[in-house]
Amino acid sequence: MNIVEQATKVTKTAAQGLMKKAVELAPDSWIPGGNPDPLIRQQHGHVGKPVSRLDGPVKVRGAAPFAAEFATEGLVYASVAFSTVAKGRIATLDTATAEAAPGVVLVMTYRNAPRLKPMPAFMSAAKAAGGDSLPILQDERIHWNGQPVAVVLADTQEQADHAKSLIHVVYEAEAATTSFEADKARGTEPALFQGELMKVEIGDAETALAAAPHRVDATYRTPRHNHNAIEPHAATVSWNGDELRVHDASQAVVHTAWSLAQVFGLDEKQVHVTSPYVGGGFGSKTLWQHQVLAAAAAKLAGRPVRIALSREGVYRMVGGRSLTEQRVAIGAGDDGHFTAIVHTGVTAMTRHNAMPEPFIVATRSAYAADTFKLDVEVVHLDMLANTFMRAPGEAVGTFALECAIDELADRLGMDPIELRIRNEPDKDPTQGTPFSSRHIVEAYRTGAERFGWHNRAAPGTRREGEWLVGMGCATGTYPYYRMPGGAARITLTRDGRATVAVAAHEMGMGTATVHTQVAAERLGLELDQVTVVYGDSTLPGVVLAGGSQQTASMGAAVIAAQHALVGELLKLAGNDSPLAGLKPAEVGGLDGGLCKLDEPERRESYASILSRAGRDEVTAEAEAPMPLELQHWSMHSHGAMFCEVRVNAVTGETRVSRFLGSFDCGRILNPKTATSQFRGGIIMGLGLALMEETQFDERKGRVMNPSLAEYHLPVHLDVPAIDVIWTDIPDPHTPMGAHGIGEIGITGTGAAVANAVYNATGKRVRDLPLTLDKLL
Amino acid sequence: MTPFSYSRASDAADALRRATAGAKYLGGGTNLVDLMRETIERPAALVDVTGLSATIEERQGGGLLIGAATRNTAVAEHRAVRERYPVLARAILAGASAQIRNMATMGGNILQRTRCTYFYDDEGSQCNKRVPGEGCDAIEGFNRIHAILGASPACVATHPSDMCVALAALDATVHLRSAGGERVLPFTDLHRLPEGRPDIETVLEPGELIVAIELPPPLATRSTYRKVRDRASYAFALVSVAATLAVEEGRVKDVRLALGGVAHKPWRAFKAEDALRGQPATEQAFRAAAEAELAHAVPLHDNAFKIELTKRTIAAVLGELAGEAA
Repeated sequence: MNIVEQATKVTKTAAQGLMKKAVELAPDSWIPGGNPDPLIRQQHGHVGKPVSRLDGPVKVRGAAPFAAEFATEGLVYASVAFSTVAKGRIATLDTATAEAAPGVVLVMTYRNAPRLKPMPAFMSAAKAAGGDSLPILQDERIHWNGQPVAVVLADTQEQADHAKSLIHVVYEAEAATTSFEADKARGTEPALFQGELMKVEIGDAETALAAAPHRVDATYRTPRHNHNAIEPHAATVSWNGDELRVHDASQAVVHTAWSLAQVFGLDEKQVHVTSPYVGGGFGSKTLWQHQVLAAAAAKLAGRPVRIALSREGVYRMVGGRSLTEQRVAIGAGDDGHFTAIVHTGVTAMTRHNAMPEPFIVATRSAYAADTFKLDVEVVHLDMLANTFMRAPGEAVGTFALECAIDELADRLGMDPIELRIRNEPDKDPTQGTPFSSRHIVEAYRTGAERFGWHNRAAPGTRREGEWLVGMGCATGTYPYYRMPGGAARITLTRDGRATVAVAAHEMGMGTATVHTQVAAERLGLELDQVTVVYGDSTLPGVVLAGGSQQTASMGAAVIAAQHALVGELLKLAGNDSPLAGLKPAEVGGLDGGLCKLDEPERRESYASILSRAGRDEVTAEAEAPMPLELQHWSMHSHGAMFCEVRVNAVTGETRVSRFLGSFDCGRILNPKTATSQFRGGIIMGLGLALMEETQFDERKGRVMNPSLAEYHLPVHLDVPAIDVIWTDIPDPHTPMGAHGIGEIGITGTGAAVANAVYNATGKRVRDLPLTLDKLL
Repeated sequence: MTPFSYSRASDAADALRRATAGAKYLGGGTNLVDLMRETIERPAALVDVTGLSATIEERQGGGLLIGAATRNTAVAEHRAVRERYPVLARAILAGASAQIRNMATMGGNILQRTRCTYFYDDEGSQCNKRVPGEGCDAIEGFNRIHAILGASPACVATHPSDMCVALAALDATVHLRSAGGERVLPFTDLHRLPEGRPDIETVLEPGELIVAIELPPPLATRSTYRKVRDRASYAFALVSVAATLAVEEGRVKDVRLALGGVAHKPWRAFKAEDALRGQPATEQAFRAAAEAELAHAVPLHDNAFKIELTKRTIAAVLGELAGEAA
């Protein structure tokens, strides 16, 4: 960023600061969520029921079409060749043999690719979805080891893959910056995340730390991680004149359509992206170069194209979580009161997007302390652009913070839960805003009791045969987000059926099911009377399935659309209705019609209203209000994570034997799908704790384990029974009283495992993954 | 994958006839097909030998003859194997996944290629195994899973099989057939150390076929296999130990010990065996034997832990067997 940009940023930030202050001070009733959602009070309807996922049967039958399964006439298959140097230029590129190979339709390289604009990098504009902002097959430059250098189209995938192996590229390599340590030694830069400087200073934390009677001060390291969704990235694309049709695997259909339009110089209406089913996203299913390559090749070949990345392809082309080196230092008084929290460190990123792994975000609101010093610094490497991966920031930041708390508790001779409770803040410790809903202490108390925390022994003292047994705990936390752009359309027909349309996403977490429940409840209909349509860029709303915010975004959008619908219906009902004279806010859905909320016998059915008005259907569309609640309250979810491990005294092998997550995440909308979300997050956290590590060979800047054989994820035998409980206390200021729960499960889990390993062995391991060689 | 021809052999003689230059024998394909997909193996022809003998026969004197096409699962489940050679059943079940074991054949398991991420990176890395003389990226690279015994400046890869470690400990022999006739080799002589030619992993002649594996009568009824790995299932051994131990009046009468995950081949621990015979069956003696075997281990940047880990695992396995025998 140059000086002018910096200055602009500062001015903008000052203006935002004023606005922020105003929002903080505004009366609750002016703020979205200031008047509690009426659905919070309804305790006996569809919301909160363990409804099985509605897409279960089609998925079990194999009838749910995923991105690489859409049949199109004349379809050709793509295979991508990747660079093998981190920086430089293509000196020679021989595609003749590949072009002559059986079945080959096209070999596309920088020489013949259509002229394309770079993808707008994610967060650079409201609807930007690009993983990076680099030229795509526009020149001979190489920016990372693994960059696509050619795309082959052929009649079969096998022919395309074979022809791809016949492409011969010679590179003129240039000195690349691929060493984290070496680049760090040359100096770091401050991190900007979502336009915000990743720095907080309150008081003089270093002085307070030095003066503290008790302190910990340690460095924690987390490695690179790669995305391994069960469905590798794929798209089926075709052109109809200037209209681009994309069957994508996406957690951002509208963002992707808009961003592809920028790349190809189209109007966003000319790009239609659908994604009815997605095999896991976790932050990775946005726009990466493969969709652009497929669309460009389809345009050049005049044929529809399917691109389905190999697992290696995902590692080469789709970014993952970057590495971090974090210092956490905490100073405490004799009573455990925190006098200083220091959480600083360095992460690696590229200049091709704006994603410094923001590992301090959880620390900003986790504990009260007299002073704070939080800081993320970055180095820029020549590597594949890193990106969002389940709880970016919190997943690795809570590892460092919550291990440090455990270390401090050990030094103080205090129970680590007690130490946490003693430092529980009564308002947001760095923002000063009130919490909208915070019940972590209760989650700890119920969790500790259920887990049998009182049985925890002194470190290294409990042994069963060869196995050392230990328990650990940690706090998980993730913010409540709601992004701008939510909108929904509700269509109600005279037969009492409703269709709710939002450009949202079902990536396997149960969105379609849960929002059918919510919409049915809000409209006063049965589940089989409501259809939620989603996963289509032509539908209302700009709804990212990310930041655990989709439920809130959809919830607020449906509230707005229902208000509009009720308004329409009240107009149609006219003066002959029992509802005559009521305002939309006084009216809600009940038993297939509308009623006065506090006088339910005053009602009229939808069928009656519509038939009297001579209408077959009524439609209302509305946008959710701006998410000002995020500045008015400090809004966060929490989890008290408990882990029991067994560490083999001979071999150092660690096996997790029990795990409990006790969550405070507002009202749980569907216990069945929620349990899966929590467990899935915890399992991913076990992988983060014990085995996940991308081997990035700094000599060439190349990922060396792009395979599930060498990049270890937990398998069934690594996952014990995971107990999940929750407070179920609604947040009075959110739609349905709910919080998004997609990411919190991975937070705190790494620290809970590491703290349990310490309790089992007396050994403190501060660099992940916690493999056996570190425990021998 | 590079195009290839495929044919299925009806018997061993037919297989030999079909195995022209550039051909490879295909068992369950669980390793070879993976390598073909990565274009690391590019055979012109595959000769499917899964139709060859898949029987397990009792031999006079108490041994077993296992046809090379027998599936790994069938061997692990076989009653005689479970009763007399538990080390083999356990080793097989410690490997891969149930689905892979159902496909994998005995011959194919033995001939799987060594494991190294640089060997698997056909496009982006140097490997003397793929291109002799090209250089080895693993020696200065990620080598946590690599060899500590018997490696060379040309190659530090490890043999990944669990089953083979048990076969090495059982004094198994392999029955081979080629155009020149039949021969029987001690299993421990089949695989090579890398030396200057890591691309040549066994002493098999071109076209030579493994037709059977013979197990002699077991040395002792007690035998076991222990695998140390980064996750509870579906991970290659960091270190593994196969052992059978005969103890008489508190002394080691005889012992067979083999190691996995430490060398380019299944590593028979002859030095440890020699050090143990006649010694008291004590933890101290087991540890001393392990020290003897690992005395010349050479660590790389990431795998020094394997030396201590191997010693500990050897001592623990022998201790367990001695405890059972007592």
